[in-house]
Amino acid sequence: MTFNLTYKPFGARAILVEWPSKIDVLILKDIIRFKNTIQENNIKSIVELKSAYNSLLIIYDTICRNFENEINLLKTIYNSHGLQYDSLSTLWKIPVCYDVCFGIDLEAVSVEKNLSKDEIIKRHFQAIYTVYFIGFLPGFLYLGGLDEVLHIPRKSTPRLKIEKGSVAIGGNQTGVYPIESPGGWNIIGNSPITFFNPKSNPPCFAKAGDKISFKPISLSDYHDIKTLSAAGVYQLESEVIRD
Amino acid sequence: MGRFGFQGYGVPYAGVMDTYAASVANMVLGNDESAAVLEMTMMGPVLQFDSETIICLSGADMSPMLNNEPVENNRAIHVAKNAVLSFGKLNSGFRGYLSVSGGFKTNKVMGSRSMFKAITGSFILAKGDELLIDDHVEAILKKNASIKMNYKYLYSNIIEVYKGPEFERLSKNQQDMLWSQEFIISKDNNRMAYQLEQLLDNDLEPIITSLVLPGTVQLTPSGKLIVLMRDCQTTGGYPRVLQLKESAMNIMAQKFMGNKIRFKLI
Repeated sequence: MTFNLTYKPFGARAILVEWPSKIDVLILKDIIRFKNTIQENNIKSIVELKSAYNSLLIIYDTICRNFENEINLLKTIYNSHGLQYDSLSTLWKIPVCYDVCFGIDLEAVSVEKNLSKDEIIKRHFQAIYTVYFIGFLPGFLYLGGLDEVLHIPRKSTPRLKIEKGSVAIGGNQTGVYPIESPGGWNIIGNSPITFFNPKSNPPCFAKAGDKISFKPISLSDYHDIKTLSAAGVYQLESEVIRD
Repeated sequence: MGRFGFQGYGVPYAGVMDTYAASVANMVLGNDESAAVLEMTMMGPVLQFDSETIICLSGADMSPMLNNEPVENNRAIHVAKNAVLSFGKLNSGFRGYLSVSGGFKTNKVMGSRSMFKAITGSFILAKGDELLIDDHVEAILKKNASIKMNYKYLYSNIIEVYKGPEFERLSKNQQDMLWSQEFIISKDNNRMAYQLEQLLDNDLEPIITSLVLPGTVQLTPSGKLIVLMRDCQTTGGYPRVLQLKESAMNIMAQKFMGNKIRFKLI
């Protein structure tokens, strides 16, 4: 499947490619296919590629003298069908402790949604989420697939400090704060694992197109895993799944 | 300068705010263009040199003094062991740069020495910190360079821009406002972003979180314009109305609260 794409210069040395303005797994797959095909072509002047829900930014090493030529080349690559969609993806099983000592907004969400805390937690860990891209903070995964019942407005006043590892919901999204940060989402738990390590290559285990599920753990498991993770010896569970 | 190749993991470029001044400071000493320099914002520190070296200052004029004697920006300065470099009144610009022969030898993390909290832990020097430098006494004696620097950009208030991806969604009236109005830098200005005081009527729909770059000008729902700088996030959900030219980023980096700017379409 190919989409009707638009190509725009973005500053003097980048081209922004845009897909239809919606969040859709088929669009994600097409973006990843295009990105991989560009990488396979090994174009020396392209120094960086980054993607979001419905866009891909291609950054060049110097000022583009002729955007039309570059855009035509990209169009040729897009239509070449050199690579197929990848039908396999990695599913990462992220341990999360939903204890109220971490889930400081569970009570408020429970009242707002008229659902028990256990029901909220169950609906959160039973879903399989798709990693659309990484942004906002180093190692922050933008995830799609939150149960519609859990869609909830962001807090009207964002918190100045949210603990590292906080698992939160806001709008139609869920995510894990990889480092301490300000933020406006509702916090329902905490994950003891490291999402971003500047000393590892790659610095983050997950990438766009991967899948995530959350595995509920007890408070004592939380502390054990946190210790193992800090020492760099925790083995995150994962499996390869077919879409 | 900066941390390249990790935007896909949400890692900002960071690097110096004014690339022109930093490259002049390195060039005068014959350093590699990407050698690490010290960025000083608004006020300079007091630095003692534990070894002999050669230095160059560039960018903002912060009344630099070596052992209490005035020294000039943009020229190689011989520094003896135990000498003290200090700074006084800010005369022009906002960010000054200090280069040393061979560059500062701080730790490289993810291919760069740029300091950014989430990557390098600390992002600002504290009293008592020590920075490692090369000890090139031989090279020092031969060097006596200076450079004619173009100071004009420190005083310019013209910010050259390209149209951003959502520029065409603005009404004719909103577009005209961008070109005709003078904007004042607000108190909210730092290495991540500069906010502007004047509001632009805004009826644009938010966009699905998309990609931004240093120099992207975002328009928030309340009509505030935000100019993203070197430490900016990799993605954003506000309409991107303008994109600064690289040289305009350097002009912007030398501005502070209350300074006025005008946008000019290239």
